[in-house]
Amino acid sequence: MSIDLIDELAGLEPGSHVGSLRDRRPKARTNSQASYDALFTSPDATGVSRMERLAVATFVTALHGVTSVHDHYRALLVTASGAEIAGVIDATAVAAAAEGPYGSFPATADLRAYDAPGLVFSVDPVTAEALGQRLTAALEHAHLLVFRPRESSPEALSALLRTGWTTAQIVTLSQLVAFLSFQVRVVHGLDVLKGETR
Amino acid sequence: MTTDHVLRPEVAPPPHFTQAAIGWQPWLEPVPRDELSTVQRDALVDQGRAASDYFRLLAHDPAILKARTLTDNDIFYNPDAGLPRGDREFAAAATSRFNGCLYCASVHSRFASHYLDDPTDVQTLLDEGVGADLGARHRAIADAVTALTRTPVRFGPEHISTLRSVGLDDQSIADLIHASAFFNWANRLMLSLGEPDATGVEV
Repeated sequence: MSIDLIDELAGLEPGSHVGSLRDRRPKARTNSQASYDALFTSPDATGVSRMERLAVATFVTALHGVTSVHDHYRALLVTASGAEIAGVIDATAVAAAAEGPYGSFPATADLRAYDAPGLVFSVDPVTAEALGQRLTAALEHAHLLVFRPRESSPEALSALLRTGWTTAQIVTLSQLVAFLSFQVRVVHGLDVLKGETR
Repeated sequence: MTTDHVLRPEVAPPPHFTQAAIGWQPWLEPVPRDELSTVQRDALVDQGRAASDYFRLLAHDPAILKARTLTDNDIFYNPDAGLPRGDREFAAAATSRFNGCLYCASVHSRFASHYLDDPTDVQTLLDEGVGADLGARHRAIADAVTALTRTPVRFGPEHISTLRSVGLDDQSIADLIHASAFFNWANRLMLSLGEPDATGVEV
């Protein structure tokens, strides 16, 4: 039987009550897994390295506080690139912790009452030196997407382009952070539902 | 050949959350329509999307685009039991309102109004946000969506029991979790790769 990562991370046994709820949406189940495979196990199609993908995933899932998902990506990062880089990513996530979503709406919108300022995260210079410009820019962009997506801008994409990210790679990076935002919530939500089922 | 530079489209920014059909303009070059590969065309799933700048931009990475779209379709369109379509759309609209995606909220609030028997809460949600005074069922849905959309995630057992108390069965709760989680995906793509345009055509 093929692996289903959401079942595994949410602790859902085949045929269990919550597992059977997922079975009623078979294409959502198989394509959630296909999404993971496209981003993390298929041959890279756009030139975003496995180390970059796993480092961003470890950072993003640490920010969400869903332990089983973070442990999964962190273990893969350690296997691929060693414990040292995983330690740097985790320390960076601690420095980057916040409560989202927040941010200001465009000045052109009449939504000032809903503006909520918060941390604009920059990787510290010593860590940036260790991670390199390209991964540093990716983590800062991931933080924007996780916590204050409403503050996205062309300038944020310029910062990625300046550090060597191509258009196609920015699409991959955006999908990566956005998919993880989905995956952590499905795993967490189904895990909670499982705990409330007798 | 796609060039790697930022686009700065001239748009008419929507001044507030709306159910009206609005457009969206990309900040990066989509794959030109006449340069779509067979794999990229297949990844669009719905071939009408070859006209969409949004989907042709995502077509730069076709494998994840295809899996994303098929996930989306089953979460929202699968009619086999569970949460009624109007409530799935309401959850999508509430997630988009909370994250701040005016484009996503426009599409899915309109769908919610179309499918709900009583769409009163939809405009209230757009006008006042997820804390608005809503009917009990939509209040419970908005609370669950808000907790699930927060980072770190704050969804807990209390949300399950409130959803059950307003009549949601477990299939419906699983659908709600998926609908809101999926819009945490969709909002981040729409928000980070371009911007809404009040005078444009829906993508």
